[in-house]
Amino acid sequence: MIDAMDFSLLALSSPGWGGALLAGFLRSVELAAGGYLLGLVIGLLGATAKLYGGRVLRDIAEIYTLLIRAVPELVLMLLFYYVGTDLLNKLMGAMGREGIDIDGLSAGILVIGLVQGGYATEVIRGAIRAVPPGQIEAAQAFGMSPLKVLRRVTLPAMTPHALPGMANLWMIATKDTALLAVIGFSELTLVTKQAAAATREYFLFFIAAGLLYLALTLISNLGLRWLERRARRGLPAAA
Amino acid sequence: MNNATPAVEIRDLHKHFGRLEVLKGISLTARPGDVVAVIGGSGSGKSTMLRCINMLETPSAGEIAIHGEAYAMRPTRDGGLEPADRRQLQRIRAQLGMVFQNFNLWPHRTVLGNVIEVPVQVLGMPRDEAVARARQVLERVGLAEKEDAYPAHMSGGQQQRCAIARVLAVEPLAMLFDEPTSALDPELVGEVLTVIRDLAAERRTMILVTHEMGFARDVASHVVYLKDGRIEEQGPPEQIFGDPRSPHLQQFIRSIA
Repeated sequence: MIDAMDFSLLALSSPGWGGALLAGFLRSVELAAGGYLLGLVIGLLGATAKLYGGRVLRDIAEIYTLLIRAVPELVLMLLFYYVGTDLLNKLMGAMGREGIDIDGLSAGILVIGLVQGGYATEVIRGAIRAVPPGQIEAAQAFGMSPLKVLRRVTLPAMTPHALPGMANLWMIATKDTALLAVIGFSELTLVTKQAAAATREYFLFFIAAGLLYLALTLISNLGLRWLERRARRGLPAAA
Repeated sequence: MNNATPAVEIRDLHKHFGRLEVLKGISLTARPGDVVAVIGGSGSGKSTMLRCINMLETPSAGEIAIHGEAYAMRPTRDGGLEPADRRQLQRIRAQLGMVFQNFNLWPHRTVLGNVIEVPVQVLGMPRDEAVARARQVLERVGLAEKEDAYPAHMSGGQQQRCAIARVLAVEPLAMLFDEPTSALDPELVGEVLTVIRDLAAERRTMILVTHEMGFARDVASHVVYLKDGRIEEQGPPEQIFGDPRSPHLQQFIRSIA
């Protein structure tokens, strides 16, 4: 079977599917990167809300992380995508405006970001709590404003604690993009499925897609290792 | 001693944690140039008192003034006090420098980074000027060679000297020392005490909570003995150590010696 594979099907231009596969791959990377960054921002806000916020903020963050982490991601994605856009359009309709058509990429990024944010909130909250309180106290004792304490001390000091968890989340984000195939995003998995179905070369195309996901992971690993080295500057080698 | 505005003035300070009353009415004045040593057993409230001076602990009652300016306080719902003016709090805090028992350096910054942090970020000093001053104070504490090192790669004594340099860099009105040698290995205590001794000899204003009695006797201009949240006895070191009156203090000094 393997020796019967027709690698010319992977050619970049038609009738090869290589170009389509790569375009799907780039789409996946875009979705993952956008969703991850959005999740990071939500996570930072969520963690600060949980740790330093008032009653209301704390409760909102608590409910958000509870729901996100309780419901399967696929369900969340279907929910956010169909119900979310529906609600948005109804809302626009109620305000007397025309319904809007959210473009696929933004919707996908939003969906992944909202899921990632729930987990990132917990990763960052844990990392902030791992910062020895004395370091924050020292900053306060020297008259730093709360915002400056956060920016100059708490965030840089928590980064090494957050990185392993946040690296995991990045890996998960890259693979969560595949779930979006269900909603019809032309990301790598959906394109692969189409190519395989059209040519009946399932093995060839899914192996190719697997290799692309693997390549992304390997490259990410290099970047993450560099980041972790940088963030751990000044920390003891073993911790 | 002199009539200048007190650097630190504490009036009838009370502090309780829940139902536990830690400070039961303390009044204390440190004028410019005073070196006040605060001694007492554990649980006597000496660290709590020190931490009230820069509002790391908020007093339950009483008043604290730094260089004549009292902290603006407002009552809380549970009957305590809290700082009422965040800007004033930050401004006053920036004029004090605290050296902690556990150093509390910022581990993600180098020695130099730690020392310039407050001048640049809080006092708004240009970076070049802050670096130049930081190099001077690092020289003073004997860490000139270490400016690029990270705290975790240094000994406890070096870290504490770096913490002292961090305080010197802000040229505080008063330096607050919270048991600065208690977390150090015995062989490292000397190098830190030497630095503090030099600073005391320059007549820098300091309030020093310490267990090092011999050191307190040497450097202090005034010694305060705390017992169960009250000042039981105070006076010049010769009197406190040479001729203690209160039986508790006599026993305390015997137990230390």
